[in-house]
Amino acid sequence: MTRTTAPVPPRPRSCPPYRGTRYRTPARPLVAVQDPEAVELTGPVFGAADITPLDHDLTRQHTGEPIGERITVTGRVRDRRGHPVRGQLVELWQANAAGRYAHRLDQHLAPLDPNFTGCGRCLTDDEGRYAFTTVRPGAYPWRNHVNAWRPAHLHFSFFGTAFTQRLVTQMYFPGDPLLALDPVLLSVTDEAARARLVAAYAHDLSVPEWSLGYRWDVVLDGPCATLFEEDGR
Amino acid sequence: MTAPHAPTPSQTIGPFHGHALPVVDGGAIAPVAHPETITVHGYVYDGAGEPVPDALVEIWQPAPDGSRTGAPGSLRRDPVTGRAAGRDGVTFTGFGRVATDADGRWAVRTLPPGGVPYLSVALFARGLLRHLYTRVYLWEEPGDTLLASLAADRRATLLARPEPPRTYRFDLRLQGAGETVFLEFSGAGRP
Repeated sequence: MTRTTAPVPPRPRSCPPYRGTRYRTPARPLVAVQDPEAVELTGPVFGAADITPLDHDLTRQHTGEPIGERITVTGRVRDRRGHPVRGQLVELWQANAAGRYAHRLDQHLAPLDPNFTGCGRCLTDDEGRYAFTTVRPGAYPWRNHVNAWRPAHLHFSFFGTAFTQRLVTQMYFPGDPLLALDPVLLSVTDEAARARLVAAYAHDLSVPEWSLGYRWDVVLDGPCATLFEEDGR
Repeated sequence: MTAPHAPTPSQTIGPFHGHALPVVDGGAIAPVAHPETITVHGYVYDGAGEPVPDALVEIWQPAPDGSRTGAPGSLRRDPVTGRAAGRDGVTFTGFGRVATDADGRWAVRTLPPGGVPYLSVALFARGLLRHLYTRVYLWEEPGDTLLASLAADRRATLLARPEPPRTYRFDLRLQGAGETVFLEFSGAGRP
């Protein structure tokens, strides 16, 4: 049963420098649901049939090796209390090393790579850990403003234990000079929060003669129905 | 340990997710040929009244018996080819995912939710810094104070329009006249 609802103060949801937000950001405030029985406090689950063992390796989805700098990206997915999100689906998609997506509508004048589709997925382990092997994507232009370039980034999708914890976001690479110029990243107005979207180069994760390692931990926001039992210990 | 960890910010899904996230049978939530199957469909419109052709719509709902545990199998993969394998046709997973088409249209086939009158929706699109939550109310139930708290014109945006037999129309309007009520949950459940 729904208890009560009240409008909440609007937080920044549009970002004028990112032009795509103009006609797509709701003008009205979000309506707060405070129902302890809300369906959104639970969420979908995934299992072994939803992935294959090779899905986490984007360099092994075709007959040949993709061109680019081979990298691994790994980290832990946790909730606001620090509890690991176990057995949940993580999805990754990205441009190829030249900065082009394997998507028909991406007509950037950069080559497609027949050995790279740029989509991966995995389930988190018991510690909430995910891991992908891929190639570092290229930066690419977009028509947001004159000479607009997106910094190299990986798109990620996460599921928590509740639908309220759903997260789609982008991971960036440390030291990229385009980070300071990107309206999409700058749409996150808090500098400390922006920093949480930038992975760390992790030399301990680099494999000699093989790949460079990056570490990126993720914290899912939002309430869920299962925290009470865990806290009751 | 109680100190909350700082959340990872959301970023837009962007325009190029159609080769990565939608899957075969993503909207076929109901088991194949189930006699209770309903169809829920509609359009996504932006603030200029234009259809949104690059949105992703996700549905989450209880099973008809009220169970909220869900089940795996929404995004099955063929281990032989690595491609999307579609659903098994039997399991009700409670989860659906569909992309809007070039006309901004989306559709799912599912079973009526048990215990509540609504389907939960998460909407993702280029131009949205964070996804939006809303609900498709298939019918009104006395005591639902979310609906009761809303002015009539706002409440109407959450009510699917029956198109008998067993079909419901639900449009999502991101901005402007008839803007859909979008929800947030930070005060629900436990932090």
